[in-house]
This record gives sequence, structure tokens and C-alpha cells, in this order.
Amino acid sequence: MFGVYVLWPIIQSVTLSFYDWDGLYNKDGEFMGRFVGMGNYSELMTDPAFETSLWNNLKWLVLYMLALPIGLFIAIFLNQTVRGIRLYKSLFFFPFVISQVVVGLIFAWFYAPNFGLFYLLTENVFGQGTAILADPDLVTYGIIAAGLWPQIAYVMILYLTGLNNVAPDQIEAARLDGAKGWRMLWYVVLPQLRPATFIAVIVTVIGALRSFDLVSIMTNGGPFGSSRVLSYYMFEMALGEYGFRMGYGAAIAVVLFLIMMVFISGFIWKMWRDEKER
Amino acid sequence: MVHKLTGALTLGAALLLSTSAFAQDKRVVTWNADYDPIPLAAAEALIADFEAANPEIDVVLTNFDHEAYKNAIRNFLTADPPDLANWYAANRMRPFVEAGLFADISDVWANNGLMDSLASSVLSSTIDGKQYAIPYTYYQWGIYYNRDAYKAAGVDVPGPEGVTWDQFLANCEKFKAAGIDCVTTGSSALWPVAGIFDYVSMRTNGYQFHSDLAAGKISWTSPEVAAVFDNFGKLQPYVTANHAAIDWQDAAALLVQGKAANYVMGNFAVGVFKEGGMTNDNLGFMVFPEITPGIARAEEAPTDTIHLTSGAKNPEDAKTFLAYMASAEAQTKWNGAVGQLPTNKNASVDAADPFLTAGFQALSTATGGIAQFWDRDADAEYAKVGMEGFQQFLVQPDQRDAILERLEAARTRLYPQ
Repeated sequence: MFGVYVLWPIIQSVTLSFYDWDGLYNKDGEFMGRFVGMGNYSELMTDPAFETSLWNNLKWLVLYMLALPIGLFIAIFLNQTVRGIRLYKSLFFFPFVISQVVVGLIFAWFYAPNFGLFYLLTENVFGQGTAILADPDLVTYGIIAAGLWPQIAYVMILYLTGLNNVAPDQIEAARLDGAKGWRMLWYVVLPQLRPATFIAVIVTVIGALRSFDLVSIMTNGGPFGSSRVLSYYMFEMALGEYGFRMGYGAAIAVVLFLIMMVFISGFIWKMWRDEKER
Repeated sequence: MVHKLTGALTLGAALLLSTSAFAQDKRVVTWNADYDPIPLAAAEALIADFEAANPEIDVVLTNFDHEAYKNAIRNFLTADPPDLANWYAANRMRPFVEAGLFADISDVWANNGLMDSLASSVLSSTIDGKQYAIPYTYYQWGIYYNRDAYKAAGVDVPGPEGVTWDQFLANCEKFKAAGIDCVTTGSSALWPVAGIFDYVSMRTNGYQFHSDLAAGKISWTSPEVAAVFDNFGKLQPYVTANHAAIDWQDAAALLVQGKAANYVMGNFAVGVFKEGGMTNDNLGFMVFPEITPGIARAEEAPTDTIHLTSGAKNPEDAKTFLAYMASAEAQTKWNGAVGQLPTNKNASVDAADPFLTAGFQALSTATGGIAQFWDRDADAEYAKVGMEGFQQFLVQPDQRDAILERLEAARTRLYPQ
């Protein structure tokens, strides 16, 4: 199973990235590609669109990490025993339940020029409306904000379950020793939340790297390609209306794969180390 | 994603339908299409007529969502080819022809005298001397305008012959003062800006130049291209701000509401304008103004086509149907229902529709030539780079040199000198 669904596609993508192929077989089912060696990769090096995508991916990675502190804050805020707290918790969790596509649509309307809430708001405050999705400098931040909305909810739920497992006796002991507020959080609660933090970092990094659906729904990578990320650029090149350069798309996929590998091997190494310590 | 889902649903529904059709004892011709509701109804009416005349043939149409179709066709042509498939003329069909997926139908053209009756579309249906497409409809592009917006801004409403370029720009100045967008567009899907660029280019340097530009034969740093961008730049300040974030339908709403005066669009938009409440009284059409005096006027008229696939199971009956789709009678009926122009010169146009008559008039007198549209005349990848450049220029005109350099780099890479 692992071989068929994981290893084989990886090998195929890497092989394909050395070809120039428009995705069509002829009617006898023969492969029509042409071997170009490292041609696709050397083209990537000088491709301004690829550079933009890479930078945008970096923005996604950095800003997506905001989901951790905000999610933790909300989780701590909600981790109290008040009447009806379950309802509040589920309300806060709600964004994560909605499909990313719907999140994208909602935010696209929110930002829409002329009638979007955000546009009208900025128009009232500054006298000049800002159409985030039409502005090449702001568009990526606008999409990241949309992505953070459900991501924060996800991180929050991870921390909420983590907080359930925080040992009450340790809190009690810390309180007797006079720990309060930030010190309590930093020295007593957070260390116990380490497993939750670990998972939260992983899902956030993965969430940032596979940020395809929001880009596709909200801007199609535009205006003029300024909100592209690697995963979307790969799709555009391989399967988009004006693309169908399978080899070039595969080359982008390989680069994306290598970037992910850096993180994944980091995580695996950490897990392996934790296992050994036990 | 949503599009794909609807495509899959229609596919599923169509499969159910087609299985029931197999129950009858007829020779089946399968046809994959990507129609919106109105063209679909018109196509079904044509099929009904055809089946009445050929009772032994059963044409089974599988309709796809328009956007999803562009991806679906690549799969079904190799995996499970229907007999007939919708697509587009000129360079857009080239990959499929070169992969041998569309069949040569020169015999259908020869046997039915189509060289004569479809004379205007011979070039766009031909690759390497053979015909691969039956063009059954096209539609004109031009400027659609809101007469009420002209009156509100105190600008003289243009007559059917249009206005001069200087007059058009002067009008734009007045619209700007009145707080109305002179030219609107919604370029989130990129292609609408190509319409404006195509016209500016064709009016500045003529059809042949534009055609060569789309074919990668002309440098983006040449003085002719500089002249095109000079004119494009004159228009730029008057184009709707934030057009990069809106769809063409949203921009159509601006025209309907009188917040915009002119819209460079294809005739298919008339349906949207009228749904929004415009009538023949306040919606006007004119050809794009002449820029360089004396250049033969060229127009844009993208052609939609039907193709016989190489994997067709029933090519003989499919060819009978293709010949029918090329006929004046079928084209008059289909285009009459949809509000587009027949490519068959013997077909007739609804005289009561001012936009169709104006379009027919504009195209039949376009001595410069008929362009297909930027993304059909140019190679797919080149088209995309170009459209991104046009969009960026309309947003950031100060980046002109950087844009032209990038386009030139793309050209030298795609078309090695």
C-alpha cells in the first residue's frame, strides 16, 4: 500500500520533472513527452513567477504560526467552568467545521470591492476603500488572514484537549509556591502542553504549505500572479487552463516536496529522539 | 472545486440518461458539450430535429460544466472518447490535433461544399491544410455602452458608426468628472483584459501585426508595441479601479447600474445586461474606435466548434450530424435561440435583434480580418504570460518597462530566435 500510494507517485513525479510533456497521450495510448534533463529546473531558477510563489510560501509559513499563540489564548480563555461553556466552545470551533472553500468564498465577499464589508469599512475610516484582493502587495496577507480563521480554531481545539490533561495537582502546587499569570503559563502549563504544541506546529506547517484551496477560490493566484504559492503554481502549470506543462509542474512539485521534507524529517527526528528518551 | 463538483454531478446524471437511451435500438452518436442552459436547450432542439430527419440515429449529448469541461476533455479524449466533442478553433485545438485526438474531417468539408458556405472560418478550422473542426457559431466583440450613463454625464450618445479615438478619450474625461467609470472590465479571470488589448493593438498597428504578435514573431521592445502601450496607457486611467478582483459579471452589473459607461465585451454579455434590466433602448453597441487612421478595420469573433474524435465509435453517423451542424438551417436555428452569429453565410440572423444585426454588419465589413481572441490566437502559455502583463499594466502602468521585458523574455524562451 505504501509503495503504491506514496513511493510510486514520488518516483513518477521526479521522473516526469525531467520531461517536457503536455499531458496528452496519442490515441494509441503512447506517451508523447520529450526528455529535457534538468531543463525544467534551470527554467525554474530564472522564473519570476516561481520566485513570487516561493516568497509567498514563506509569508504563509511565518504568519500561519500566529495561529499558535492566538489559539492558545482562546483555549485558555474558554477553559473555565461557566454555564453554557460548551456552547461557546463549539461556536469558537465552528470555523474549522466549515469547508475551506466556503471560508474562501466568505472572505472573498468580505473583501469584495464596492459591496464587501471590509471595503466599506475602510472606505468609512480612510475615505478610500481598499480592495485587498486587487492589490498585489496586500493580496497574500488577505488570503492568509482568511486561512488563519479556521486554523486558529483548529489549534484551539488541540490546546483545549491538552488543557484537560494538565495535572491539577501541579497547578495547585505552583499556586502554593506563589506562581501566577504569565509565570504560571510559561513554567507550569506550557511544559505540560508540549505534546499539544508539537501537533499544533505540525498541522500549522502542513496547513501553510498546502494552502491551495483558498488561493484557488479567492484569487486564482491573481492579480497577475502575485498571490501564487508553490502548490497553486504547480496546479496552474500542470492542470490550469493555460498550463498543461506536466514536466514543469512536476518540477515545482519536487521542489515543494523537498521543502516539506525538511520539516517532515525534522519532526521525525524529534519524535525518534523523544521515543529514545523514554 | 465547486465547478468540478457540478461537472461530476452532470456527468453522473448524464450517464444515467445515456444508459436509458441505450435501451432503444438505435445507432448512438455520443456528443460531449459544455453548454449553459440556453445553448443547451437550443442544442437539444437541434438534436430533436436531426433525429426526426434521421430516425435510426440517436444523438446522446452529455453536458459538462463550462469550466470543468476544459480539464475533462483532456481525460475523456484518451480514456473514453465520445464521437463528438465541443472545443474552440485556431490554436486552441492545436494540441489535440497534434496528439492525433481530433480526426481529420476534410471529407465532410469537401462533400458538403463547406469551403464556400463557411468561407469566413476556413482559416481557423484548418491546420496543415486539413480541416479538423465544424465552426457553428461565433460572436462579435465590441463596446457595449449604457445610454443612460452617457446622458447622466452629459456626453453625446454615440451613433451606430461609433466615435473617434480622440472623441472617446475626451468622453472618458467627462465620465471621470461625473464619477462614472468610462471603461469597465472584471479581470479576475484575466481574459477580459485581453479583449481590450487586442483591440488597442489591432487598431494601432492592424490585423497582421497583431496576428504576428500573438504568434511570437514580434518583439515586445519594438517601437510598434511601444505605440500600442502608449494608447493602452491613455485608456488606463479610465478603467474601473479594482477590476483585478472582480469577475466580468460583476463589471456587467456596474454597466447596468450606470456606474460605468462602456464595456469592451463579447456579445454573450448582452444576456447578462438584459437580465440586469437593460433594454434595447438604453443598451448600445459600437465598434471599437479607429486609432491609426486608414488601417483596415479588424474585429474579434471567437469561433466555437465541434470536432470528430479519433476514438469515435460511430464516425459515419457522427459525420452526418457534423454536416447537419454546418448547415444554414441548423445554424440559423441554434444561433437564433442563443443570440449569436452563424458562421454559415447562407444562414440568417434575427433582424429584430439590434446587437446581432450590428455584429453581423461589423463582421461582414471587417476588411482587416477576423481575430479569434488573444488566448486562442496565441499559444496557451504565451497567452497566459501576455494576459498577466496586460492586467498588471492596467493596475500598475508605471511597471510598463518591467512588464515588456518579462514578456520579451517569455517570447525568446517560447520562440527561440
